[in-house]
Order: sequence, then structure tokens, then C-alpha cells
Amino acid sequence: MEGVAVTGMGIISAIGRDVEEAHFSLKIGKDGISYPDILSTIHQNLPVGEIKLSNSELSEILNLPEDHAYTRAALLGVYAIRELLENSGMERFPGDTGFISGTSVGGIDKTEEHFYNYKENVADRKYIQAQHPGFTTEKIAEYFGINGMVTTISTACSSSANAIMMGAQMIESGKLKRVIVGGSDCLTKFTLNGFNSLKILSENKSRPFDNEREGLNLGEAAGYLLLEAEDQMAGENILGRVVGYGNANDAFHQTASSENGEGAFNAISRALKKAGLSASEVDYINTHGTGTRNNDLSESVALKRVFGDHIPEFSSTKGYTGHTLGAAGAIEAIFSLLSIQNGKIFPNLNFSNKMAETNLAPVTEIKSKHIETVLSNSLGFGGNCTSLIFQ
Amino acid sequence: MSKVYINGVSSVSPQSEEIFENQSSKSYYQHILPALDQDYKSMIKPMMLRRMSKAVKMGLFCSKKALLEAEIEKPDAILVGTGQGCMQDTEKFMNNMLESKEGLLSPTSFIQSTHNTVGGQIALDLKCKGHNMTFTQNSVSFESALIDAMLQFQNDDINNILVGGVDETSYEFTGFQKLDGQIKTEPVNNLELLDSKTSGTIISESAAFFTLGTEKTTKSYAELKDIEIFNSIALENLEEEIEDFLNKNNTSVLDIDAVLLGKNGDVRFDHYYKELQEGIFSDKCQVGFKHLVGENNAVTSYAFWLASKILKEKKIPEIFKLNALHCKEPGKILIYNQYLGKNHGLILLHSL
Repeated sequence: MEGVAVTGMGIISAIGRDVEEAHFSLKIGKDGISYPDILSTIHQNLPVGEIKLSNSELSEILNLPEDHAYTRAALLGVYAIRELLENSGMERFPGDTGFISGTSVGGIDKTEEHFYNYKENVADRKYIQAQHPGFTTEKIAEYFGINGMVTTISTACSSSANAIMMGAQMIESGKLKRVIVGGSDCLTKFTLNGFNSLKILSENKSRPFDNEREGLNLGEAAGYLLLEAEDQMAGENILGRVVGYGNANDAFHQTASSENGEGAFNAISRALKKAGLSASEVDYINTHGTGTRNNDLSESVALKRVFGDHIPEFSSTKGYTGHTLGAAGAIEAIFSLLSIQNGKIFPNLNFSNKMAETNLAPVTEIKSKHIETVLSNSLGFGGNCTSLIFQ
Repeated sequence: MSKVYINGVSSVSPQSEEIFENQSSKSYYQHILPALDQDYKSMIKPMMLRRMSKAVKMGLFCSKKALLEAEIEKPDAILVGTGQGCMQDTEKFMNNMLESKEGLLSPTSFIQSTHNTVGGQIALDLKCKGHNMTFTQNSVSFESALIDAMLQFQNDDINNILVGGVDETSYEFTGFQKLDGQIKTEPVNNLELLDSKTSGTIISESAAFFTLGTEKTTKSYAELKDIEIFNSIALENLEEEIEDFLNKNNTSVLDIDAVLLGKNGDVRFDHYYKELQEGIFSDKCQVGFKHLVGENNAVTSYAFWLASKILKEKKIPEIFKLNALHCKEPGKILIYNQYLGKNHGLILLHSL
């Protein structure tokens, strides 16, 4: 079996426009939560993890022609992969590079913007296909001239974690030597109003794992990793390795997680099994930890089931970025790799009291520690649960 | 890795599944073809049925039938390809949100709008806690799910996988496809679609699901050999890419008995198929299906259903044939499809 090496990464989120900026924010505990400026919405009271660059600013940075049809998720995706390409040390991606991207809503920002205009305005019609997630992936592929295997996974909030998992399997099976994996999701009125209708958005900064948590903040981000077969690398440096992964379905409810955390329990167990690791070998867990009553409790129960009384140190980084939906798994994979590289656990922001039901406390101050193995969880609608293990 | 067999199949489309036996096709004079109504109640509880969009209904119905045929109660993984996902619920929520100017909204349609609703609902119904994935890459969504199936079968714990493709239509969103040239503007009869000299095609809804297994059974249809997808292929490289794909599978153009081609009557892009029909596959039996079931992002799952039937029954019904060549005993079939010149997919199947 081939080793799966991470040889490049790129990220843009509310806490920074590259890996270094994100790392800096994580270290000093600086969140990127604000009120919406770029997203046009009446919900000005809902905090979001917004990237303060407009689409036209992004387009200019990326040197796109004025009449381009890139969705915001595509712009963010290209932005992040430009950084990935740069730090992989390659000039351009070789022709046999694959691309697997995760997104929850793809280009629905364009649909909500132009829904009433398509009938009259011919120029807007270039966005009609943009609604479907594959379009955003194709635009990113087009920018980098990736012509081979290109696909999109859309499993709500675990989308990009699943893209990383599939990429690792493509490499292990020898089907690809090199693959860009990750995901991109932007803030949209559709998702903001959707989560608001579910009454799981907090009007304050989210407080993952806190007893008084009152919901999540939505965010936007793009994060991508370059995975390569270790014996055939084109990238210069190994930033880490994907050693384990597992996906499981909660099979409980379309949106709510089960009380016993069955899906998360199975996903974590499968990832450990795949990695050939025992639970005690995990040094740190980057949790899904959205800050909703339901998720954090279910995930905590799952952790207790897997790790018993010896739960490794854990934190949710959603307090920094907001919940970036389909991109969350990928940006948290990058945070996990930063934890390993720098020997740091980044704190869980806004936490004060342990949950009555589980009595678990996340790490709340930055902590130095030798970290070899990180578990990262991503749990989504449709009962979709994914765990990844990085070393 | 052990071989992968197709052990159960089921499809819902604008044509009856009996078309394979009786060759009686439905003819439509419309641009958007609905999938034929099914006896959904026979498989899904009426209370559940009321809440389900067409995609979920079609997907769950086909899933249960494909599992039943293979006599598998619970698969080890569920993989779904859907290019456009749950558009009906997405449209409902979008309409409500925009009309109310972000007013008070019911979450029901939002909950059911995510692309993995079909996969999630199947898992919920079957109480299946295994690997569950949804692929949404335009016309290679189903092919992507097949690629994942092959990856999952490398795990010794995985013996049976439910895999399928499904796409529904919705009033506004599908209607938009008339505005950007995806749908023909002039009236067209589906049975004459492939002779059309104009741009655009006809759009449909369909679903087809399969039970894939590592064990050959008395009911097995065929063996799934391999799948490959390409974001883009220059026309002049198409034959070479196909030959490479066949070579990788220790086979060659010579060995192929029939090709299933995704011709859809769009004069702008059908030359990809024409190139093959007049080139490397000129002396092969050529088969089409979009003149019967229309075009959609998951329609290659219908082609996969058709190929499975052809390989099991060892015959190609005339109604699907694009040329007059007779194929005595189809043994190796290649499915090739693209949409709007992008997202090309290749699927190779062998008879047993």
C-alpha cells in the first residue's frame, strides 16, 4: 500500500487569507466572527465568519476577465489552491493530477442573486448551470487546467472531509498519484435563512461544548490539500500524512444527530481501525463542535463511547471561523496539520461551563504539546459522519 | 481485489422497464419528460411518501427493488450520483425565501434540499450505518459513485454496495435550462431526437439503482470492470483516451461488442459520438438511449441498467440500436457519455 502524503495546502477563511494568517489567528485566539457586510441579507443580527473580500476584489486578485462566470465558492477555491500550488513547490499541476472537491451548496449564491433576472437578462444566464455543485468544481479545474479526474462530493457538512477520504483511497489504490482534495463553501442567503429556519443559529458568538451554547455561526471558507503517493512525489515537502479515515451513517434523522452518537462513534472507530491505531494513541481531537445543542451533545457522547474515561485533549475551532459547511472538514484538516507541525493545540473559544450531561471540558488556552496523531471529525445532515486521522 | 458483479437492478424513467422485452416505447412531444409514475406505495409507507420529493421517491423505490432482486437486506455502503440533487425542495425554499424577502420560513424544504437527502433517506429507511456518499459532478455523478464503489470493495468488510443515479426536474430550475440553450426551442418528438439538426436536447427525470456484490449469484447480470472520468477531452484525443482506458483493462477496441452512446441530439456536441461511430467503433453495434429517456445528469445510470440487461439477456432490442449491425452475443460493452462537451465518462462491463 502507498503512503498518502500531504505535500501542499491552501486556505482562505474569516481568520486569514493564507495558512500563515490562519495560523497566527489560531495562536493568538483571534476569531473572524463579524456581522455580514458582503452577503446581502436582512439578518444583520446574525454573526458570521465572513471573508471580507467582495467577488470583484477576488476576481481582480485572480486576474479573471470581467465577464467570467465564477461563483463565490469557485473564487475562494481558486484563491486557496493558488496558495497550495505555490507551497507545493510546483510550477503547475502535472496532467495526471486529480481533483475532488466538497461543497454543500456550490453556486446557489448565483441562483438567489439572479433568480428573477434570468427571464429578462440574457447576460445573467451564464449562471444558470452555476447552481449545481459540479459547476463550481469545473470552474476551479478550468483555472488550473486540470482535465482528468474531476468530481464533487456533496454530503452537507462532511463534504470536504469525504473528499479527503476519497482522495486518500484513490492514491492507496494506485488509481491516482496526485490529487487535490478539500472543499469550498460561501455564505449565501439560502443557507443563512435555512439554518435560521431550523433555529440553530446563535445571535452571539458560538460557544462549542458550553453548557449554555445557543447555536452555530455560519462561515465561509475554502481549504485544499495536495495528496501524493509517497513514493512518487512531485511536491517538495511532506507536511503530514493521512493515515486513517472512516465514514458512517447515523441512520437516525435527516438533520438531527442521534443521542448515542452512533454515526460519529462508527466513523471514529473505522478511522482508528484503518489507521491501525488504538484510541489511546490519539494526541488531540479537532472536533466538529458546531455549538448547537444537538451536535455537541451527540459528539461528546460518541467521544465517551470511543475513548471512555481517557478522552484526548480536544477543541472545536468553529469559534474562529464559524461553521463553513462543506469546507469545514478541509480547513480543520489544515488546522490539524498545523497542530502537528507546531506542537500546539488551538483553543476552543467562548467556552465557560461544562455540559451537564457529559462533564467534558475542551482545551481553552493555547497549549504546547508534542502531537503526532490528530483525529478530525465532520458530521453532517443526512446523518453523514466522517473522521480523518492525520500524522 | 475480487470481481464486482451486478446482482440487482431497477430503473424508473420516462419509459417502462418492460421496454426491454416488449420494445413498446412511449412517445413524447415535450421538452421535459417526467419519469413514469410507479406503484410507490408497494415499497414505501404512504405517510413517508407524502413528504418525499420525486428524487427521494424514485431513489428509494429503485433501491429497494434492486436490493430485493439481489436478496440483500442491508448493503454495506450506499452511493448516490445526482448532478442536480433535490431541486424540487431547493426551489420551494428558494421561492419562499425570495418571495418573503427572508421572512419567517418553514425549515422542511431546506432540510430536504441538501444533495445527500436521497442517500440519507435510503440509509434511514434501511437502517444502514455504512459508508454513505453522494456525488454531484454534472454528467459524471453516477460514474463517480461507481468509482467509489470500486474503492470501497477493496475493503474486505464490504461485500454488497447499493449504488445508483437519480435526478429530478423542477418547474423553475429546469425551466431555466430553456433559457441557456440546454433545451431545444422547437417542438421535438423524442423518437426523432437523434436526427435533430439543432442545438439543445430534451431533459428528463430518472433513477436507476444497482446492487453490486463481490459474489456471483444465479441472478447476476454482468461484471463491472472499470470506470474512468475526464473533466475535458479534446475531440482529437477522444479515441486515444478510450484506447488507453481499454488497454488498462487488458482489452482493446477489437474486443468490444457494443457501445452505448449518450447521443442527445444536440448538434453542438454530438460530434463526440459521431467521431467514434465513424471511427474506432464503426463496425460495432451502436446503442443509444436518450431518444427514449431524455437527458439528465444521472442518465448514465439508465445506460448502466440497459447494459446490464443486454449482457444478461444476450440481446439488444432494436429500439435502442443506432446502426444496423447485428451483435450476436454481446460480451463486452463500453458506455461513453458527455454533456455539453464536458464531464466525459467511460464504463466497461463484461458478460458472465
